[in-house]
Amino acid sequence: MADAAHALAGESPPELQHHFVDLEAQKEASSLGMWVFLVTEILFFGGMFTAYVVYRASYRAAFEGASNLLDIRLGAFNTAVLILSSLTMALAVWAASQGKKNRIVVFLSATILLGAVFLGVKVIEYSQKFEHHEVPGPHFVVPHGLPRQAEMFFSLYFCMTGLHALHMVVGIGLLSWLIARARRGDFTTRYNTPVEMVGLYWHFVDIVWIFLFPLLYLLGRHTL
Amino acid sequence: MSGNGSHRHPTLGAYFGVFVTLMALTALTVWAAFQHLGIWNTPVALSIAVTKALLVALIFMHLRYSPRLTAIAVAAAVAWLAILIVITVSDYLTRAWLPIYAR
Repeated sequence: MADAAHALAGESPPELQHHFVDLEAQKEASSLGMWVFLVTEILFFGGMFTAYVVYRASYRAAFEGASNLLDIRLGAFNTAVLILSSLTMALAVWAASQGKKNRIVVFLSATILLGAVFLGVKVIEYSQKFEHHEVPGPHFVVPHGLPRQAEMFFSLYFCMTGLHALHMVVGIGLLSWLIARARRGDFTTRYNTPVEMVGLYWHFVDIVWIFLFPLLYLLGRHTL
Repeated sequence: MSGNGSHRHPTLGAYFGVFVTLMALTALTVWAAFQHLGIWNTPVALSIAVTKALLVALIFMHLRYSPRLTAIAVAAAVAWLAILIVITVSDYLTRAWLPIYAR
């Protein structure tokens, strides 16, 4: 309706880029573009998941034993934190669609906080791995009773969780940018596309962790 | 292109429902990992993970309320990922079947 009012007045809304017919077409283009980007991200992580499948199939005992050296409580806690952050992100997108400035800021801040908690726990986990000489490289010590290919498990563990954590850091940067824009009053019921697009990205990062958690932390627990 | 009601959004109740379900499924997957299910431990864990991913994509990411074109993009990702994994694995896991080089 707001679009129609602008059209009647002979002007286009300020958020509308000149090459789009209307805000709806602009939003659909943004949404499709974001999803196509996420498709490339799925295949990017897919390469590492493939490497994981191949090496896990080849060195089953080493992978199961090394997996059991990860802290399942910290992993499960982080899974819960990330799911909660997805909820607050969804609520931020909802608040943006209602044009409620203060709520957008509150929910985005909560999402950042939860993301920071996740990364903090990751720091604890990584430092434990360094202390126990379970980081691949010259100081790696093969854990007692495990085949030496345990090092391969930890290589994949650090690559996959490291890249995931990097995505979280980027996400926190994007969320901070959104908060600044929300404070400025950029997002209204008519235009809130950036919040929705960053939301898609954040949920995607959550989905990656949903697969990483069972594949890295849980695969060998039944052998205990 | 606008198609099937791209303006509809999930209700707040749906968001909280998905959140509670995701938490319950996380607890379930941790519990299931400690059970002795033979070859079924990994399929069970992956089924739970796929269910959780679908819930996030369909509700949190509004995929259920998005235009068909978006669904096609997602389907393309799944298809190419399947090609990547299936063809790679069909090579690696069958190498030992033949008594030739490349071990």
